[in-house]
Amino acid sequence: MTIRRTTLGGHTHEFASLSDLLAKATPARSGDVLAGIAAESQAQRVAAQLVLADVPLATFLTEQVVGYDEDDVTRLVLDTHDPLAFAPVAALTVGEFRDWLLARAAERDETAISSLARGLTPEMVAAVSKLMRTADLVAVARRTRVVTGFRSTLGLPGRMASRLQPNHPTDDPVGVTASILDGLLHGSGDAVIGINPATDSPAQTVALLELVDAVIGRYEIPTQSCVLAHVTTTLRALEAGAPVDLVFASIAGTQAGNRGFGITLDQLAEARAGALALGRGTVGRQVTYFETGQGSALSADAHRGVDGRAVDQQTLECRAYAVARHFDPLLVNTVVGFIGPEYLYDGKQVVRAGLEDHFCGKLLGLPMGVDVCYTNHTDVDGDDTDALLLLLGAAGCAFVIAVPGSDDVMLHYQSLSFTDVLTARSVLDLRPAPEFEAWLARMDLLDDTGRVRDLAPDSVPARALLAAARP
Amino acid sequence: MTDHDREEVATSAPEGDPWAVLRRATRARVALGRAGDGLPTARELEFRAAHAAARDAVHTALDADRVRAALTAAGVGLDVLEVHSAAPDRTTYLQRPDLGRRLAPGTELPAGEHDLALVVADGLSPRAVHEHAAGTVAAVLERLPGWSVAPVVLAHQGRVALGDPVGQALGAAIVVVLVGERPGLSSADSLGLYLTHGPRPGRADSERNCISNVRPPHGLGYAQAADTLVALLQASRQLGASGVVLKDEGTALGS
Repeated sequence: MTIRRTTLGGHTHEFASLSDLLAKATPARSGDVLAGIAAESQAQRVAAQLVLADVPLATFLTEQVVGYDEDDVTRLVLDTHDPLAFAPVAALTVGEFRDWLLARAAERDETAISSLARGLTPEMVAAVSKLMRTADLVAVARRTRVVTGFRSTLGLPGRMASRLQPNHPTDDPVGVTASILDGLLHGSGDAVIGINPATDSPAQTVALLELVDAVIGRYEIPTQSCVLAHVTTTLRALEAGAPVDLVFASIAGTQAGNRGFGITLDQLAEARAGALALGRGTVGRQVTYFETGQGSALSADAHRGVDGRAVDQQTLECRAYAVARHFDPLLVNTVVGFIGPEYLYDGKQVVRAGLEDHFCGKLLGLPMGVDVCYTNHTDVDGDDTDALLLLLGAAGCAFVIAVPGSDDVMLHYQSLSFTDVLTARSVLDLRPAPEFEAWLARMDLLDDTGRVRDLAPDSVPARALLAAARP
Repeated sequence: MTDHDREEVATSAPEGDPWAVLRRATRARVALGRAGDGLPTARELEFRAAHAAARDAVHTALDADRVRAALTAAGVGLDVLEVHSAAPDRTTYLQRPDLGRRLAPGTELPAGEHDLALVVADGLSPRAVHEHAAGTVAAVLERLPGWSVAPVVLAHQGRVALGDPVGQALGAAIVVVLVGERPGLSSADSLGLYLTHGPRPGRADSERNCISNVRPPHGLGYAQAADTLVALLQASRQLGASGVVLKDEGTALGS
């Protein structure tokens, strides 16, 4: 274990391990305080950032925060590391890497940034993000290109898609359909129509899959469905011959964290192979969808690494992205404000974490989206979510989550509304996924300027869609 | 405007509105209309009112006198004790769940030998405790003739697991924690009941049984919640355990 130290303002700061250094260098958040690893003063935080800036990127290939022998995520990261992709930045320190990224972003050299992905490890990306400010995170993510496809193409420049999330407390088919139609009429749903089922039963999952498949089929909507059941439930649905477009899992950045979610890497591979075999995609073959969020490992007491030392929640979040990356996902999103104030306390922490997650995910090669959201015991409101949404739009976020009127009546939290998506697209000149945009035009839902029309409920295009509620 | 009001608006929609049937099938905020690309003012303010109610429910202080008076009025004759968790204030409580699970240093409780202890904790909605704790406690006690029940403990800045040290100190075989649940936009006053057999610090959540959403008239009523809880209490006493193992047995109870 290397002890690293620096002197700042006449005071010497020592960092006992790489995980200690990463934790102390992290911008303030309640979860690291809860874990007992946060910086104890502002000066100590900056001292850690100074030391971290001088750590060579290559150090992260030889010095681990979570041990290789104990953890299959670490093994996955190191065993699949691509030295050729790493070569352009292999000689840089973390601080020099920040400068390199900002320079390439300013030159709009998307290829240079985007082709690093397989050469970067989660810890490298977490480290550089800790040295970056909000605008740095936006500027570099904007020039990082990750494009994926199934029935719609996601991640293209100038586009922002949305997941339409039509949750219902009892999975009532008409209730779910109502929310789907409301979202479609607002131009949402191009990333996925994705339902969190109220109960995780195979029968319920199959019923919901068939419901969404029927809507998509009836109107030939170029999008995909997903029922966010446990992966073992999705495996059962696949066996039953259900119309599965995407396989979903919540994932964490440690093997213990994934055990807490009841998943293994082998199960994910099996489910992915099952969905791929169905061949249901048209423009692409990416068939997995993952959700993550800072604090999930800590909440499962699965946040420890080498010598039992706690690892900061943002570094662990990046390790979850390495899991996602391995399964060639169509969609990945952080559920940034869902977990509660003991991990991210207020709007400032949630906005920062959302931008970090988006930046780090993209840099690692993920089609990154964000569930811009909050619970009622967190100090966050619509002003904070507006700010994060607009920053993410500027940063080239692939997709966001949207629910009717911001109110998820099943999970009891607030996400973005369909109108929030319209506002962000309008303010930042962003458009839906191209296939979905063409469909909106075919359905007469767009005006001459390409804007989603504000339709009266009894207008012809609205009535045409609403007919789906009476099959 | 409350959720209840929204439903009335929905059902009184004019004939021929294609949304009428859809609105009846969900409490989701569908078809709110638009002002440009945003929400119309009335819908925006309706949402803010619901969020404000939920936020205020979290940050209301537990009014112990009010709960004592409500217990007396409901005919509960047990002594009432008050404790504080190790979280000194709301801000700390929200960020340090570990402190909300421990008693404040120096807390003393009368040791005894009881079948049951009832802990009423503010949790994330003191409002739920103000409105529903007394009615629930009275309904539970009515159904437990012959059980020795410890003094009711009112806990400030308490989480569910605070029942473990409290139940242990009181010498209770089973502890039930009545706790204010995290407020939703349309449910700021929901009370949860958590049963733990053999309370002691370190019990896992999988060793507890939960009844959620006690919130008449919109959620579970007191009698209904008490019936379910008493069935669980009797099964737990018989089995000498609680949690997942009891839930499995519970299917035979129809609970």
